[in-house]
Amino acid sequence: MGTRTAIVGVGQTNHTSKRKDVNGQELINEAVKRALEDAGLTLKDIDAIVIGNMDHFEAINVVDGWSVDGSGAFMKPIMKVTTGGSTGGTLGSCGYYHVASGLFDVVMAIGWEKNSESDTQAAISTCSDPILERDFFGGAIGPNAAEYAMYMKQFGATQEDAALVAVRDHNNAVKNPYAHLRKLITVEDVMKSPMLCWPIKLLDSCPRSDGACAVIYASESKAPKITARPAWVHATAVSHDYVYFGDYDWEKMPTCQTTVSRVYQRAGITNPLKDVDVMELYLPFSTCGVVWMEFMWMCDAGEAPKLIRRGVFDMNGELPINPSGGVLSTNPIGATGLIRIGEAALQIMGKAGERQVSDVRTAMATAFGSCYWFEATVLRSTKP
Amino acid sequence: MERIAVVGVGQTKYERGKTKNFAELVYEVTRKALDDAGMELSDIDNVVTTTNDFFDGRTIACMPIAEAAGSYGRDATNVEGDGTLSAFYGLMRTLSGVYNTTLVTSHCKVSEGAPRKLFNQAFDPIYDRLLGMDAISSSALQARAYMHRFGITEQQCAKVSVKNHGNAKNNPYAHAALDITVEDVMKSPMLAEPIKRLDTSPISDGACAIILATEDKAKKTAKKPVWIKGVAHCTDAYRLGERDLTRSLPLETAARKAYQMAGIKDPSRDIHVAEVYDAFSYMELMWYEGLGFCGPGEGGKLIDSGATQMGGRLPVNPSGGVLSAHSVQVAGLARIAEAVLQLRGEGGKRQVPGAKTALAHGITGICAQTHCVWVLSN
Repeated sequence: MGTRTAIVGVGQTNHTSKRKDVNGQELINEAVKRALEDAGLTLKDIDAIVIGNMDHFEAINVVDGWSVDGSGAFMKPIMKVTTGGSTGGTLGSCGYYHVASGLFDVVMAIGWEKNSESDTQAAISTCSDPILERDFFGGAIGPNAAEYAMYMKQFGATQEDAALVAVRDHNNAVKNPYAHLRKLITVEDVMKSPMLCWPIKLLDSCPRSDGACAVIYASESKAPKITARPAWVHATAVSHDYVYFGDYDWEKMPTCQTTVSRVYQRAGITNPLKDVDVMELYLPFSTCGVVWMEFMWMCDAGEAPKLIRRGVFDMNGELPINPSGGVLSTNPIGATGLIRIGEAALQIMGKAGERQVSDVRTAMATAFGSCYWFEATVLRSTKP
Repeated sequence: MERIAVVGVGQTKYERGKTKNFAELVYEVTRKALDDAGMELSDIDNVVTTTNDFFDGRTIACMPIAEAAGSYGRDATNVEGDGTLSAFYGLMRTLSGVYNTTLVTSHCKVSEGAPRKLFNQAFDPIYDRLLGMDAISSSALQARAYMHRFGITEQQCAKVSVKNHGNAKNNPYAHAALDITVEDVMKSPMLAEPIKRLDTSPISDGACAIILATEDKAKKTAKKPVWIKGVAHCTDAYRLGERDLTRSLPLETAARKAYQMAGIKDPSRDIHVAEVYDAFSYMELMWYEGLGFCGPGEGGKLIDSGATQMGGRLPVNPSGGVLSAHSVQVAGLARIAEAVLQLRGEGGKRQVPGAKTALAHGITGICAQTHCVWVLSN
């Protein structure tokens, strides 16, 4: 049995498309300072640091070493973890395992990205096999567009169903002071926005943002002294798909199914609509907010549009999803998954301000990226 | 710390221009480590891989090797940095109570990249990068500063190269086994004063894997478990001008923590064999000091005394070290694998007789900004 571990502090930058006022280290430091302030700690209290991003976006090798001026890792243990788009989830797990191992009491996980310094889609394209797949698996949008096209054909779902998800997340973001895109939109706005890759339109799609997030994990002996209401980690899980995109089962999303069933089992969740109070999901496109619901045990196959039309996942619904505005509103890639965990923790800690869902006892966060790498974390107000 | 063991190790031969691709290299060592442990993939709970997007030449470099490391369907994660750090994260996961067995892999084909340019990318993009700084030029600054402060000579550095390249003759995995003299090193072409070609490590391709297990699981494996007694890592400041390049404070800190965990009081007596990350010959002398094998500035005297040769009081790098095989982020994990072989008595011609406690050491970053120290025991 490892050490019981909780999140005790969360900090994030004000995310936007171009943070020209800061360099990378300063961007990181903004999140670090806010997390320390949130937890009422100083750098001296931090025993170890983990950091992550996607190298090819900023072209900085050995980011862990480079980050020191911003991350505060001078004469401290620091290591870098990265798994592409899911890096933020991977970082959260890494912070958790540092503490759960019993070797460190207080650990800070930092995710960051300055997308404005990169050619994001070109960099992502290099994840495909250079000989067999790189020419035609360019960027991130194609696979998810194909996924929703198949779903529409199979279940009679519409582009408007996905648009409802976009409207939900974008409009939630208006109440999140840290979100990148904060503008009230309608289904009509989504439908009229430029087509990027049929059926995904501009407002169905995540932006690219500059931003950073820091989350502080603490052991059972330290956490209650740091904050009155820590967010206890009950389970984390992850799985990934095959090396070649051509080998994937596009209709079944096995990584989502595997991860979610593993994390539900570890946390004792049987009916997420009843057992979970709020979710912060890594939905890179609104369409994922339709298709993936059945893989997350929310409904039977093809039933997600009914739940979405009923508002089940809205702020006042049965299971609010993405009160923060989610990835559709903010996407500093290496930080995005960690923001989901941080936002879920804020909901448990009752610190989510205007985007707070009332009486949150169980919250779940996910991350998504690379070879359909899918991570999930379950947090609760009670100890595991 | 609960008892966790290294129960399996696997290495490729290190050489330049391997024709196997990344996945094939990782598969080779995964299979070897499983066979070594007498385990099957079904015995592995989770996997930690090690990649570097720059050396691998693709983003999300953990993708192409994931299946080869057996991580499909398993909980998996990926570290970017030296293999000693990946192994440390693997240890944390094994200690967490969530998993019983962890496979850790690392691979690198340095020959497919332009290592000097890739290392240049670690420097500050605005102030330092355009100067053309790289691993050799920055290490030359460190070597000169260290030698100047303590009166270390080029010949003393050369002795490290002679010793390690000679030791490599006993290691079937080594890349550069050489019969050389101090004079050969001194006469080899100057790359960046005072570092000469034979003071540097080769461009090697290769991979390494280890398997960690809880005490219960370790009892059921094929080989005698090698227990992890202490591990710690620590990082220095980023900019060279902000660091004391002549003494490695992060190494001293990491070693102190690892020794404390392991109950090591006098490292020069309590450790019987050490595998350290000697990317350049001067580094081994500095690491002697940081690891407490001798006092500050006494690294030159220690190599002169012969204590760190095979047959000496504390043999360092019986495998030939990183000077004889340098697959960048593999090199630290290989140090752990070599330490395990020593503690099992499976070192073959490079075996240090009766070794009971071994040290493995890894570095990452500019002039070894980060150090990781492992103490293992049989």
